[in-house]
Amino acid sequence: MNDHGPALKVTDLTVVLESGRPVVEHVDLELAPRETLGLVGESGSGKTTTGYALLGFARPGMRIASGEVQIGSESIALHDEKAARRLRGRVVSHVPQDPATSLNPALRVTAALADMRAGGATSSWVTDSLTRVQLPATREFGRRFPHELSGGQQQRVLIACALANEPPLLVLDEPTTGLDVVTQARILDEIARLRDQREVAMVYVSHDLAVVAQVADRIAVMYGGIVVEQGPTSELLSRPRHPYTRGLVSSIPDHRVRKVVRGIPGVAVGIADRPDGCPFAPRCPQVVPACSAGVPELASDGVRSVRCIRADQTPPLSSLENTSGSRPADAATLLSVEGLRVAHHGRGTTVVAAEDISFEVRVGECVALVGESGSGKTTIARAIAGLHPPDGGRMSLGGEELAGAVRGRSRELRRRCQMVFQNPYESLNPRRRVIDEVARPARLLRGMSGRDARAEAERLLERVRLPAGIGRRFPTELSGGERQRIAIARALAAAPSLLICDEITSALDVSVQAAVIELLTELRRDLSLSLVFITHSLPVVASLADRVLILHDGQICEEGSVEQVFQTPRHERTQQLLQAAPAMSDLVETTGGGAQQLPASSR
Amino acid sequence: MTLLIAVLVIALFGPFLTPNDPAAIVGAPGTGPGAGHALGLDYLGRDVLTRVLWGGRSVIWLSLAATALCFAIGLAIGLTAGYAGGIIDPVLMRTVDVVLCFPPLLFFLLVATSVGTSQLTLIVGVAIVLSPGMARIVYSATKETATRGYVEAAVMRGESTPSILRREILPNILPPVIANLGLLVTFSILLIAAVNFLGIGIQPPAANWALMISENRPIVSINVWATLAPAAMLAALTIGVNLVGDAFSHTLGRTETIAEAVATPAGPATPSFSPTEVT
Repeated sequence: MNDHGPALKVTDLTVVLESGRPVVEHVDLELAPRETLGLVGESGSGKTTTGYALLGFARPGMRIASGEVQIGSESIALHDEKAARRLRGRVVSHVPQDPATSLNPALRVTAALADMRAGGATSSWVTDSLTRVQLPATREFGRRFPHELSGGQQQRVLIACALANEPPLLVLDEPTTGLDVVTQARILDEIARLRDQREVAMVYVSHDLAVVAQVADRIAVMYGGIVVEQGPTSELLSRPRHPYTRGLVSSIPDHRVRKVVRGIPGVAVGIADRPDGCPFAPRCPQVVPACSAGVPELASDGVRSVRCIRADQTPPLSSLENTSGSRPADAATLLSVEGLRVAHHGRGTTVVAAEDISFEVRVGECVALVGESGSGKTTIARAIAGLHPPDGGRMSLGGEELAGAVRGRSRELRRRCQMVFQNPYESLNPRRRVIDEVARPARLLRGMSGRDARAEAERLLERVRLPAGIGRRFPTELSGGERQRIAIARALAAAPSLLICDEITSALDVSVQAAVIELLTELRRDLSLSLVFITHSLPVVASLADRVLILHDGQICEEGSVEQVFQTPRHERTQQLLQAAPAMSDLVETTGGGAQQLPASSR
Repeated sequence: MTLLIAVLVIALFGPFLTPNDPAAIVGAPGTGPGAGHALGLDYLGRDVLTRVLWGGRSVIWLSLAATALCFAIGLAIGLTAGYAGGIIDPVLMRTVDVVLCFPPLLFFLLVATSVGTSQLTLIVGVAIVLSPGMARIVYSATKETATRGYVEAAVMRGESTPSILRREILPNILPPVIANLGLLVTFSILLIAAVNFLGIGIQPPAANWALMISENRPIVSINVWATLAPAAMLAALTIGVNLVGDAFSHTLGRTETIAEAVATPAGPATPSFSPTEVT
């Protein structure tokens, strides 16, 4: 196949808004047959727009200004709608992000597949396509509607649809985002298998570097609409040349290596607020005045290319020290939960969300509750917080009985137990200034005067490293990461001893997530705060928690120290989760040697 | 906006602009427009222009009073049902649904025959007929807002229920509610006009646009202005209110919020008002 030259060559792709503001600028990509290129970036980086542009498509409000794609021997100008239309399906096809909304709910599986096939489909062809993506090729399955399929099956059907006309190139846009880890692992296997068997080249668009690292041969990192670095996967990850790539790699937690994650300061630039010159300059640790003079050229050495004028100054990934520190093994018990049973009561029906849950949290300890969606982890958190009165069991905080409903708890107990909510976009009152939001608990629960409470709020906002003056603003003007810091500050304003964090990083970009984890680690150390940390992400657990409870179907199926559970998982479910979780540690070799493999770090 | 201001000026200050008595009979019934009487005389020989200038006041103050009352009822029911949950929610909302089922005019006939007609019955009646729509909007917006993190955070720090409703929920559900207010004023104007036209509301000889249309129907072929002028004023008023309401919700920049609140009803039915129902 290699005698055909590159499967795909994109030159000078630029997509602009109707106003003329560039979304994606001067993107050059090259892809050999059977090669998978990972396109990685955080929100607003232009990765999805680039993915669409490869099909000659721009989302409403955008326009492809220039760009040429060379596929095989054919060369097509992407801004030419008519020419680009010939590409789609036949030469390039697309697997969209959200399988549930991407399939026509009125079409049965067979019809959906046949619909994609140019020149009509025979039943044997349908059978073949289903078998190809390891779906049951039975008549019964073909007659199902999309809502009768699981998320993983829907995604397989979509992949089969994309392959219907045997295009040499497949663009996959976050195909596993929204699927649980186990299903994600299966889909990734599927993608790898297809690539090997069918000689399809792929562009895999994702925000998740760990996932991309598993499937991609080469990675292109995008930031602020430009490709900042491009190179073979393992080289790029183990020795990033661009400071942004380095930051991104450092901010990804890993459940196999207990490492300190380092966030990138600041917020990813949006389309509207890109600075002149290098878009990463405002967040860059090695910025010099020359950086804002202009967007750096893409310097290539044949294998790797990087867009940074000081690429040779980027320090190697090093000294990722492990997080083991003060582990309060003998500290007093703070929270004790015994035989907790929580149910949802609907009209005449009762669904038990959690049953027979018992655990303890010691002073200064971080206990993670891990499980897939529907495992009952959030319900347990809400029961401890007093937002969902349990149906049975006992809870106590610092020796005092915790009533099921908030109203039954004393002011002191309400003060000592605080919660940070999952969705930063809904957890702050949009009609209230930040300072008042943070000052309120201090006033109400610590009996401070209005002036003292505001002073305390100012101090806390600074403590969670928010810029001065943010207190006068309204939450709608702020980014997700900033809002989550404010929510943390609001919880801290009550001077709690227990902080419940319900999936607080799941809506955030990796670099921001890392910064929040960093902050929590620091707060724990300085305030001897205990944490109940709810998450579905094992890597996050490894970088933060001391002990972990694995939940499945509302019950604890495994419990122990993080090292113990991750190294020698006993329950089948835990083993599954661990196997499925993507990890980069196999690929990344750190030069500093500070990272400890978990076996060595056992206490 | 200009349209609304013009109509309001005429309605509110009109009585000061005319020297004539709206009830005085000044000539032969049905005389066409002429000197001294720009719009002619009505079926009893009263000056139409004078009566048009007088006739807006009651329309406007009645509809505003009814809207205000309806707003209060709807807000109280919607907030209570949406936030309290438990048994209160279905009890209140099913009651609202029952009221929603009555055809508004039938309801009025019922009230008018049992209590008699007065301005108070009119206001209360309109408020009751229109409040289910308001209650539903407030209800669904409240339900949606009540699960937000900031409300839960307030519950966790032990704020009192009135304080949560006032400080956390009310400010955040106001945009869709206020946007609905313009529509509500329009509906109450139309409803009051319809009721007056049927003769259940304000009684002759009071000057009232709706009443004038009704009274002067028999002489429509003799002096068309006697019905056309008050009808045009009513139309201008409703359109004006509507346009201003729209402009208001646009400047609030909350159109998405409205769409959200309306698109995610927490109950089985969405508010189902249409102008045809009223007229």
